[in-house]
Amino acid sequence: MSTHSDLSRREFLQTAAGAGLVLAIHLPPPLRRDVRADSADPFAPNAWLAIAPDGTVTVTMDRSEMGQGAPTALAMLVAEELEADWATVRLGTTVENPAAWSRRMLTGGSSSVRTSYEPLRKAGAAAREMLVAAAAAQWGVEPATCQARQGTVVHTPSGRSLPYKALVATAATLPVPANPTLKPPAEFRYLGKRVKRLDTPLKIDGSAVFGLDVQVPGMLVASIQRCPVIGGKVKRYDAAKAKAHPGVRHVVELPEIPGTGGGFFPTRTAAGVAVVADTYWQALQGRRALEVEWDEGPNAGLSSAGISALFAQLAVQPGVVARKEGEPDAALGAAAKKIAAVYEVPFLYHATMEPMNATAHVRSDGCDVWAPTQNQTGAQAVAAQYAGVPIEQVRVHTTFLGGGFGRRAETDFVAEAVQLSKAVGAPVKVIWSREDDVQHGFYRPASYHAFAAGVDAAGAPTAWTHRIVAPAILARFGPLQDGIDRTTVEGAANLPYGFPNLRVEQTVADLPVPLGFWRSVGSSHNAFVTESFVDEVAVAAGKDPFELRRALLAAQPRHRAVLELAAQKAGWGTPAPAGRGRGIALAESFGSIVAEVAEVSLESGGQVRVHRVVCAVDCGPIVNPDTIEAQMQSGVVYGLTAALYGAITIDKGRVQQSNFNDYPMLRLREMPAVETYIVPSDAKQGGMGEPGTPPIAPAVCNAIFALTGKRIRKLPIGTIA
Amino acid sequence: MAPIHLTVNGKLRTVDVAPDTPLLWVIREHLGLTGTKFGCGMALCGACTVHLNGTAIRSCVTPISAAAGKRVRTIEGLSRNQSHPLQRAWVAEDVPQCGYCQSGQLMSAAALLAKTPHPTDADIDEAMSGNICRCGTYQRIRAAIHRASKGV
Ligand code: FES
Ligand code: FES
Repeated sequence: MSTHSDLSRREFLQTAAGAGLVLAIHLPPPLRRDVRADSADPFAPNAWLAIAPDGTVTVTMDRSEMGQGAPTALAMLVAEELEADWATVRLGTTVENPAAWSRRMLTGGSSSVRTSYEPLRKAGAAAREMLVAAAAAQWGVEPATCQARQGTVVHTPSGRSLPYKALVATAATLPVPANPTLKPPAEFRYLGKRVKRLDTPLKIDGSAVFGLDVQVPGMLVASIQRCPVIGGKVKRYDAAKAKAHPGVRHVVELPEIPGTGGGFFPTRTAAGVAVVADTYWQALQGRRALEVEWDEGPNAGLSSAGISALFAQLAVQPGVVARKEGEPDAALGAAAKKIAAVYEVPFLYHATMEPMNATAHVRSDGCDVWAPTQNQTGAQAVAAQYAGVPIEQVRVHTTFLGGGFGRRAETDFVAEAVQLSKAVGAPVKVIWSREDDVQHGFYRPASYHAFAAGVDAAGAPTAWTHRIVAPAILARFGPLQDGIDRTTVEGAANLPYGFPNLRVEQTVADLPVPLGFWRSVGSSHNAFVTESFVDEVAVAAGKDPFELRRALLAAQPRHRAVLELAAQKAGWGTPAPAGRGRGIALAESFGSIVAEVAEVSLESGGQVRVHRVVCAVDCGPIVNPDTIEAQMQSGVVYGLTAALYGAITIDKGRVQQSNFNDYPMLRLREMPAVETYIVPSDAKQGGMGEPGTPPIAPAVCNAIFALTGKRIRKLPIGTIA
Repeated sequence: MAPIHLTVNGKLRTVDVAPDTPLLWVIREHLGLTGTKFGCGMALCGACTVHLNGTAIRSCVTPISAAAGKRVRTIEGLSRNQSHPLQRAWVAEDVPQCGYCQSGQLMSAAALLAKTPHPTDADIDEAMSGNICRCGTYQRIRAAIHRASKGV
């Protein structure tokens, strides 16, 4: 059986340029919150498939590689339908002029594969049909008697074959089929199979070029002393003392960019003084001599204690209703048993392994930017603005990213490099120290959650209310729609459990702390609080936490299947190994559903030790199971690190943490054994970069409760007394 | 500021830098070997791990003066053609995600295997827990070290 796909519009066409067969592909815009109207141009390409005369297949995309493996997955989609030999597949250079593109270049929201699953397969299939037609014409046979197989076309009756490289010249002269036939999944050679990542060889010998590794002739290196107080300004500094250090060439003051103008990813930077030198070490020595004095501004009194108090005060009043079912207040009043609890989570730092950096070269005729960025569109716009050149004259060269996690969707580091290059008239690389990176982040919002729930006399849950108080990430982008920041309520307003009476409310706390998208965004806190409180409901109802969830998921078969698989593989219902407790949690985010069961013990000092995490995932069609496993491990580590240790706290308007000594990371010795089980699914393609993160914090905290009877309502967990 | 001589990946190199300049920045900026990474500057993350006379050290806190006259090996010198058993195991297990920490991971693991050809899990915990991987590749790092130690 074959799948025919309808093309309501052209999604690819052949380009005349160059040797070989080149197809230009149109991919739809991302599914994200920043979605804009599609380009008016009926065909504006934003990906390319090229088969060179030597048979090399190059897939050129507009997505960044930051560890998540998306470019490899995208190439697999093309290679599958093309029947390419994987050994011939390469990734092209990420496009350098986002302005000429028909969708925003932004890698985020676990969206890369989700937006490309069909169009990339169709492009591969179209090229395959052209190659088959070329071979059939050469042999004078019917195309239907020929088959493409791993880089060759075979005439089945006679056994004759021709490699693609012998066919590309002819294929390139043929019309592009409008309705190419997609392979039935049963014939998949790569999709759903373990395929090696294309970037691994570059990452085992030091040859992968990250932003920090960019070298441009005549380049200077900058280190910036930024105002430690949020929103403060430069009062005075000693440029002469800095310049007295060997190698220091320039001292440049950079004003604050407040980022309050709204629009697409408004750039925000702190005020600071940059020391520009021949080398990083020299810049750092010069920076230490600056002796900057600051005008601390209106936020000098800001503290985490004050923020908590503000949250608690705001939580007294009703918020904006994000979802309501039935009559929650009446149901709570009538409940046989009523419980209430308050949960709180801190600001979190992204901690990409590669600190922020960017290199820029501003000239009178244009500007080049080399950056580890998730947001080429934003980088190009901010570079044009601060270089003072038209946007088409800015080229953004995307390097490998040493982690992104949402932090590199920001464009602050690009704005700094461009301003400095313009000021000193030379290419400049800005390197952030780890301390700069910790203290000038775009943090996951802290939040405060007030819950109540009711159960009836038979132990059936009847009501659920959840009031969230948090600063709004989306307020940066303009006025909130209906007073709701949907990132604040994602994972809460769409609670999958069938409480007959339910209300989820949101109150925005206005705070000056820079906020950003942190891997899994709102689900990073909402999964923790809702899945912990569901556990509390189970206790109140006298039910097993897994069984209670199962019962409440009667109308959600996908969620229930994921939950059941995790429970079954983890041995739920059998006694946990001696000294250990088990906890379960479920979360849907970015189109995928993940359940995790954690097995936890306590060490003598009260430290939590996570031994085993069993994950079940439904992410729709499987592209690369190896990447799914890697992303589940990665998501678990990311969420577990935050749950155990992560907290950015503020005092006197300053971030108090500075490096990995006071913002610790999970280490190899603490790594649990992570097992991943995939639920076969024909649901819509879901994301993979983020969904592994949300369930781990509640799974661990529910396990701690099972083990000790202590309910963790505030993160990080720390040690258990 | 007297010139400092050292051997890097088998080649004699001479650098003219302030003696307190960390080896990391000399390797990266003066010698142009950018495979060794900067992560914290405080010996907290292991991204900058290289071998100094065969021992894994954190080059971000090692002044160049301490490397004078010594042998330095960086990721670029770990093998020719990615042939070190660990590099082969890293490919077999598809270890790297973003890849930024991996030079340091490989250099720490190579120092471990040089001393302890068949490490236990406890040996691996001990040798590798100074290397942070923010992408969480720890499980595959462990598997790859075991694989390399078995020569498969
Ligand atoms: S950069 Fe040297 S240990 Fe982190
Ligand atoms: S692979 Fe990204 S930090 Fe280790």
